[in-house]
Amino acid sequence: MLEFKNVKKRYGGGKTVVSNLNLKIEKGEFVCFIGPSGCGKTTTMKMVNRLIHISEGSILVDGKNIKDQDPVELRRSIGYVIQQIGLMPHMTIKENIVLVGTLLKWSKEKKDARAKELLKLVGLPEEYLDKYPHELSGGQQQRIGVLRALAANPPLILMDEPFGALDPITRDSLQEEFKKLQKELDKTIVFVTHDMDEALKLGDRIVIMKDGEVVQADTPDEILRNPANEFVEEFLGKDRLIQGRPDVTTVGQIMEGSPVTVQTGTTLKSAISTMRDKHVDSLLVVDSNHVLKGFIDIEAINLNYKKANQVDDIMETDFISVSQDSLLRDTVHRILRRGVKYVPVIDNDQKLTGIVTRATLANLVYDTIWGDGMELAEAATATE
Amino acid sequence: METMEQFIHYFSQNSDYIWTQFYRHFLMAAYGVLLAAIISIPLGILIAKYGKLSSWVLAFGSIIQTIPALGAMAVIMIVLGLGTNTVIFTLMLYSILPITQNTYVGMKDVDHTVIEAGFASGMTRFQLLRMVELPLAVSVIMAGLRTALVIGIGIGAIGAFVGAGGLGAIILTGTNATDGTPIILAGAIPTALMAIIADLVMGWIERKLQPVKESKTTA
Repeated sequence: MLEFKNVKKRYGGGKTVVSNLNLKIEKGEFVCFIGPSGCGKTTTMKMVNRLIHISEGSILVDGKNIKDQDPVELRRSIGYVIQQIGLMPHMTIKENIVLVGTLLKWSKEKKDARAKELLKLVGLPEEYLDKYPHELSGGQQQRIGVLRALAANPPLILMDEPFGALDPITRDSLQEEFKKLQKELDKTIVFVTHDMDEALKLGDRIVIMKDGEVVQADTPDEILRNPANEFVEEFLGKDRLIQGRPDVTTVGQIMEGSPVTVQTGTTLKSAISTMRDKHVDSLLVVDSNHVLKGFIDIEAINLNYKKANQVDDIMETDFISVSQDSLLRDTVHRILRRGVKYVPVIDNDQKLTGIVTRATLANLVYDTIWGDGMELAEAATATE
Repeated sequence: METMEQFIHYFSQNSDYIWTQFYRHFLMAAYGVLLAAIISIPLGILIAKYGKLSSWVLAFGSIIQTIPALGAMAVIMIVLGLGTNTVIFTLMLYSILPITQNTYVGMKDVDHTVIEAGFASGMTRFQLLRMVELPLAVSVIMAGLRTALVIGIGIGAIGAFVGAGGLGAIILTGTNATDGTPIILAGAIPTALMAIIADLVMGWIERKLQPVKESKTTA
């Protein structure tokens, strides 16, 4: 859909703003460009509709080099949304929405119909068509700004920090709305932002730039899981990396490795002594292959002490377990919702590999709030 | 009170003559402003686009403005001779600065982001000018025309000295006559009225052209 090939941008003074950019964006993809100011993200975006000239290399839209196209035609075929919204203050909302249609010399009926259709998409009433931009709130204005970009139904839309100037609540709802809209309409979006939360929330892929170069281009999950280098880590921020952990961490990474178990066939008596030795109130029961069979707890033993003498007789076989490859956030849900004290962790062969208890989760919460404890340990060793 | 009666008497006796001069006076001012507008509006647009020229052009306009009108008219008369042409040319010179300056300011004041949005939506330079910049600058340009017209009506009164007629001629007659006060008033009052009316009418047009409108609320 959109392809950057060795794209370079140098200004007259010899300053290189974008150096050797190579990137391929698929149809329907939502790509966020992010980086500190001056990293070349906006320049990159503006080169696509030729607001800024390319010094070297080429950009292909739908396989066609943009340099071979008339810049005015090109711009009419690419949607554009800017932070300052930039609605024409002397035109009605309707005229603003179908601005590109006017340039393309659509008939009046076509423009009217299109304006009504688009306004419905963002849930604004039809009376708004005859209002002027200054009569709308900032959030409503930017909705119109987005509609203007959609009017001629361009497959590609460029957005330059479109929600940056809005208050946080409006921004949030617009982000939700827009993400939904993008999925429905299947548009390819190039979205420039400096807000990492926004990029993580909206992007199918995030392109992190620094000094005119792409540092990392990956899905949000992959970036959180494997930041390419220190710069990315720093840019993400420690908080976000830790907060992002439940989303990408697997159960295997945080579980306690050696839960207290008894083998099938063990007598209740020895099970009780194991409990006493290990200071636990329940035991996981496994067979000789370490496959999880069930669990017993102290209450069950109390009730059935006289009747049974083997753990097999009284163990509860109706239990929940999680796979060690499953995501932590799902596990947390399960523990909290079912109100269980722990969940055993199994591998693909049903073998017991560990356990996640409420204490494990509590530790994770501590880590999230106060760091992962390494700082404290380091500080302690430093004072010694 | 005698003066007042004489004034009314003169006025009623010579109303046709006064009306003719009034009309002539107005036409001279209007032509001057119109010709200046034909030069100044494109000039203003040009210097707004090419910033480097602006300080030179505006400085030149200011210099013209500092020359006393009577002196300028006398010099121009040497070239163009007696008559209305000299007056119209002088008025044009004096109108260039206010109109150019207002066009320049009006164009510069157009929100840059609106221009970027228009351009990025695929407008050509000309479409941008016609659909965005001029509509947004037009009321400021009108304010320039308004200033120029009011100044022009004032300067036009001097036109009588170069034989162009107008209400100035009536004032001049009055100054040459014994007990000419009523005659002077018969020239001066219509001149003042014309300036005030021109200011009001142009102000009304200016407001009508205000680009940012309220929607007609039907509710």
